[in-house]
Amino acid sequence: MNKKQKKMLVRILAAVALLVLLTVLPVPEGPVQLLLYLLPYLVIGYDILLKAWKGICNRQVFDENFLMAVATVGAMILGDYKEGTAVMLFYQIGELFQSYAVGRSRRNISQLMDIRPDYANIEGENGLERVDPDEVEVGTVIVVQPGEKVPIDGVVMEGKAALNTSALTGESLPRDVKPGDDIISGCINMNGVLKIRTTREFGESTVSKILDLVENSSSKKSQSERFISRFAHYYTPAVCYSALALAVLPPLVMLLLGRAPQWGQWVYRALTFLVISCPCALVISIPLSFFAGIGGASHAGVLVKGSNYLETLAQTRYVVFDKTGTLTRGVFEVVGVHHNQVEEEKLLEYAALAESFSSHPISRSLKEAYGKPLDENRVTDVEEISGNGVTAKVDGVSVAVGNEKLMRRLDVEAIPCHHVGTIVHVAIGGSYAGHVLISDVAKPTSAQAIRELRKAGIRKTVMLTGDTERVARQVAQELGVDEVHSELLPADKVDRIEALLDRKGPKERLAFVGDGINDAPVLSRADIGIAMGALGSDAAIEAADVVLMDDDPMKIVTAIRIARKCMRIVYENIYFAIGIKLVCLALGALGVANMWVAIFADVGVMVLAVLNAIRALIVKKL
Amino acid sequence: MKKTYKIDVDCANCANKMEEAAKKTAGVADATVNFMALKMIVEFEDGQDPKAVMQEVLKNCKKVEDDCEIFL
Repeated sequence: MNKKQKKMLVRILAAVALLVLLTVLPVPEGPVQLLLYLLPYLVIGYDILLKAWKGICNRQVFDENFLMAVATVGAMILGDYKEGTAVMLFYQIGELFQSYAVGRSRRNISQLMDIRPDYANIEGENGLERVDPDEVEVGTVIVVQPGEKVPIDGVVMEGKAALNTSALTGESLPRDVKPGDDIISGCINMNGVLKIRTTREFGESTVSKILDLVENSSSKKSQSERFISRFAHYYTPAVCYSALALAVLPPLVMLLLGRAPQWGQWVYRALTFLVISCPCALVISIPLSFFAGIGGASHAGVLVKGSNYLETLAQTRYVVFDKTGTLTRGVFEVVGVHHNQVEEEKLLEYAALAESFSSHPISRSLKEAYGKPLDENRVTDVEEISGNGVTAKVDGVSVAVGNEKLMRRLDVEAIPCHHVGTIVHVAIGGSYAGHVLISDVAKPTSAQAIRELRKAGIRKTVMLTGDTERVARQVAQELGVDEVHSELLPADKVDRIEALLDRKGPKERLAFVGDGINDAPVLSRADIGIAMGALGSDAAIEAADVVLMDDDPMKIVTAIRIARKCMRIVYENIYFAIGIKLVCLALGALGVANMWVAIFADVGVMVLAVLNAIRALIVKKL
Repeated sequence: MKKTYKIDVDCANCANKMEEAAKKTAGVADATVNFMALKMIVEFEDGQDPKAVMQEVLKNCKKVEDDCEIFL
């Protein structure tokens, strides 16, 4: 509890004590009683009265303070001292509770996002020196010890360690790094000592970018929030005038009919009406739900740039994917060795050696598949034949690695492959040795993500790609994507999105998921643009509405579920609060509900709505 | 020019009120209040003195929500 809250707690306790005393002690009727009750009343309510008065002075008349002031002052004038004081007391208890709950959830969220490093270690003359990360220049070697945060992006020079990236990605599995690996700021070093050469300034590092995004997340209002502001705008004055009418009209009618007007009874009912009508539950809980929803999402590694996007995400029925880098890993891997006349490993070794001087992606994947260090001294007479491949001598034996054209050129009969991908034929010593199949592979969770999306009520999944039709078809089939469009240029992708946008229903939304590279126009054209693998890609952070911190497609499902849960809570609160209020208002007008019911209709509903709103923070089991 | 200020406010709705008030202040091109981070980001119109404008922003915010603070 902060100072303000503690002070309020003292005031509440004092007022309760005074009220109890006044109830127990014999108090004489009349002005003395009023004076005595004014004591707890003012202790608990002086600031509300002051605020209401200031509101009137500033022409901000119809707010909760005004409602409370009128209702309680009215009750005091009518002689219902105890009720007047109690209304104020419970209202303040509700406010205190709400402020406490908000403080707690804010702390929760900022703990989740507590990735800002306070210092960087530089090796100085007297051992390690702590410096401000802002002052570290690019290319400096910094040291990160176990338990410390990596302050700046860089490359590992020395040391091995497991990194905890959960603050960034929501992923609890540690990530291992070794010398030569890129390392991003914001991760926590769990065990080893790392020496890192920085590749960026602190301000340009991942951690600064993310903090910037979270703190500046444009507070674009969702429709529900706008609805509530509009609602409150008309509602409060409407209620005030109805209360006035309730106080004045029935007695006047009674007078006209020649009966006793019963002013006191009708004014009491009007005051009850005012207390019930306080819209706090709504105006507080709706923004709070979104606040908690966005906070919970960032904990799961899903950054949402505004509450309107949370709303759109919840209404998403169509999900369009980019293929490369989104559903597939975007890196080429050896997926098979076929028709090999020699051992698989031997074939890969020869192929990798022959290609060892090339920087072509194919040679990289061959080297990776072989997986052992290569002794380049074994390779001589390397000749690259553009568009065909490479010939070289490995251990004195001639090796040819390349496509079918190369084989034909060397008069080696190649066995064609029926698989989809890039085929690398290998000939050793002038005779065919087999071929290696290299292709982009689907991410391990892509198929599951598509299935889960369908389960979550997504009507259609579409894949767009610039790749050839054959490859696109195969990936689509493997993953279970409904529709696929291939051989598209970036501009064609926008056309496809527009065609899909035309086809969908009025309440359905279309999301586009891309890795942020070349996707900016499509990301902005879709109803909602989701960029994944944001770690390291600034373009994605800029262009998208929702940013997934890592590149796991399952996070799309998580994001949609979080959004749905948040919106469900928002609607629950809207219907619950308005529903209870309307029932109680009717009861109040009819005189069935008294001031005590009114207090509970107001404070009770607010407390329940706030508790419900906080639920949006919990995203663990989605 | 954009500047970020730390603020103190109790409820999400009050934060919205502050945002509205700040937006309506002369010299402010746009303003957003982030209730989660308790920050106000103000974009000033060209040629305006942020200090003078922020005094006005604070005054207007106090009008709609007495119980708020902007740390200038």
